Amino acid sequence: MLQIKDLQAGIEGKEILKGINLTIQPGEVHAIMGPNGSGKSTLAAVLAGRSDYEVTGGSVEFLGKDLLDLSPEARAGEGLFLAFQYPVEIPGLSTINFMKTAVNEVRKYRGEPTLDAAEFLKLMKEKMNLVNIDKNLLTRSLNEGFSGGEKKRNEVFQMAMLEPRLAILDETDSGLDIDAIRIAAAGVNAVRSKENATLVITHYQRLLDYIIPDFVHVLYNGRIVKSGGKELALELEETGYSFLKNEMNIA
Amino acid sequence: MSTINIIKDRARQLGADQLDALQPIRTAALASFDKLGVPAVKHEEWKYTRVSQLFNQAYQIGADTATSDLNWQAFRLPEFETANELVFINGVYNAAASTVRSAGLVVLPLQDAAQGEYASIVSKHLGHSAQYLNDGINALNTSFLVGSVFIGVNRSTEIEHPIYIYNINDGRKENVFAQPRTLVHVAENAGVVLVETYGSIGSADHFTNQVVEVVVEQDARIEYYKIQNDSARSSQVSTTHFRQVGKSYVHAVTISLNGAMVRNNLNMVMEAEYCESNMYGLYFTSDSCHIDNHTIVDNVKPHCLSNEFYKGILDGSSTGVFNGKIFVRQDAQKINAFQSNKNILLSDTASVYTKPQLEIFADDVKCSHGCTIGRLDEEGLFYLRSRGITEAIARSLLLHSFAIDILEQVKPDAIRAYIDQLISERLGS
Repeated sequence: MLQIKDLQAGIEGKEILKGINLTIQPGEVHAIMGPNGSGKSTLAAVLAGRSDYEVTGGSVEFLGKDLLDLSPEARAGEGLFLAFQYPVEIPGLSTINFMKTAVNEVRKYRGEPTLDAAEFLKLMKEKMNLVNIDKNLLTRSLNEGFSGGEKKRNEVFQMAMLEPRLAILDETDSGLDIDAIRIAAAGVNAVRSKENATLVITHYQRLLDYIIPDFVHVLYNGRIVKSGGKELALELEETGYSFLKNEMNIA
Repeated sequence: MSTINIIKDRARQLGADQLDALQPIRTAALASFDKLGVPAVKHEEWKYTRVSQLFNQAYQIGADTATSDLNWQAFRLPEFETANELVFINGVYNAAASTVRSAGLVVLPLQDAAQGEYASIVSKHLGHSAQYLNDGINALNTSFLVGSVFIGVNRSTEIEHPIYIYNINDGRKENVFAQPRTLVHVAENAGVVLVETYGSIGSADHFTNQVVEVVVEQDARIEYYKIQNDSARSSQVSTTHFRQVGKSYVHAVTISLNGAMVRNNLNMVMEAEYCESNMYGLYFTSDSCHIDNHTIVDNVKPHCLSNEFYKGILDGSSTGVFNGKIFVRQDAQKINAFQSNKNILLSDTASVYTKPQLEIFADDVKCSHGCTIGRLDEEGLFYLRSRGITEAIARSLLLHSFAIDILEQVKPDAIRAYIDQLISERLGS
């Protein structure tokens, strides 16, 4: 469903991604790991359509469409979802109102009828149970004053509401304790299916104890330098990223 | 003859025609106006608001027109069926069009109030705003005092339904200069909700110079809402001057959505201990609209609380001005005064001038102030768009969420919904 070919991108003239190749099929879970500064979050941002990043080469095809040609909202409409590393706080806008607009905008994009208030509430209730989030959180201003765990749980809730084909989790574990990671991961697993895929971006292996990947890729210096199964994550956990530098130097 | 001289002539003529109890006040005010003139740009308080240019054209002055063929009803506020409605046409109170329903509410021509049982209140409080607005414009209003109104809320009465004040200008034939004037007295332990709105009919230019003075007695409460959504050919200087003479509560919200040149003076004189006053404002401007909010909080006595929060959204080549003065007199110990002004500029040609001004002569007080000017949050915009929300709707959601904490200060549901609708229309959602 996702085909990234020789993707090159940067910000303010600085090249960060230097030719990424990655193919993701429906039902798969891929993990991208790598040290700080390797380009993990840049990849997530470019896929979601953040305008301050400039794509300088390569292509990304998502469900048969040229992803890079689409606006961020059209990407969401096509079924792409990015769980933010730093979810934005928006005082004065409740998660419920936000999601009501988002769900219906996405439905419009897909040519589906919009939900009325009752239908929306039903959907919301169902997804709240699925990802185990409290209603009080959803009536408050979006992310304002939320703890790190609450913010990430809210991201997972939004993901459940929008039912994406491809979910990208950008450092969803960062800043969370193990209980919060477990809750967030349980939410992610609850919405997984054969039709949709997940791309987990993480620095540490620990999230992958709960969201088991089919493939693990190591990103270093803007390139995927190593790919393997879930055991690669464990290997990295033991040896750290320092081996990369050695391998790279030799190569 | 210049417009200013014509206006003065009319004021003098009034002096000859109307020999009522207000005559000495008019005469004194005209002398003041003679002396002060119209504030020029070099006047510090009028630096950004060139009110003098409004006097460069001819006006029909304060003429009452028949309401039979004037569709002032188009400006009625929601739930008017049960409200008290006071109608000013071209600055002159029109009793025939007005309706006073609530028990305990007294509405009188000001000159009548000046000689009956309210005489002492009128003589004590009418013109008090001049002490704070020593700039000619205020004196000009007082030099006319025709078709002015006294609103009295009787002691221990909670006025059940709001008072709606419609300031309507009929500019179908000529440019209009209107000077509505109201003195409101909220007696001990009384409560009232007052909503003012403005509407212009016809395509001529309108200039309204309004003064509202409100006296709030011991244990009294007032909510005051000003909704400005007039045409792009309507300018106004609108002064609302509160005088809290007993421990009392004032809640004022100013919503400014349209107009040519709009200057609001909101004064809060806290002359008793343990007064509380809230001042909220939202200005949302576009095109070449100019909205200026000048506020004064004067802490005369100790233990008072004032809370001020203004927000602005400026688009097109519009201009916003916020000037918030807080005086804390030497005796006014243990007061709390908060002030905040936040602005979002949506275009490169919009501008905002914001200035907090604190003058504190007491040593045991808590005062804070702050102002921000920024652009629409790009991070927030991307966050919303990444969830499938189009850029236009995302912008409108973000701006609405920015405005909402002011909107929430409008307590009557019907009025809040009405303003919310105006804002949503403006946001195109």
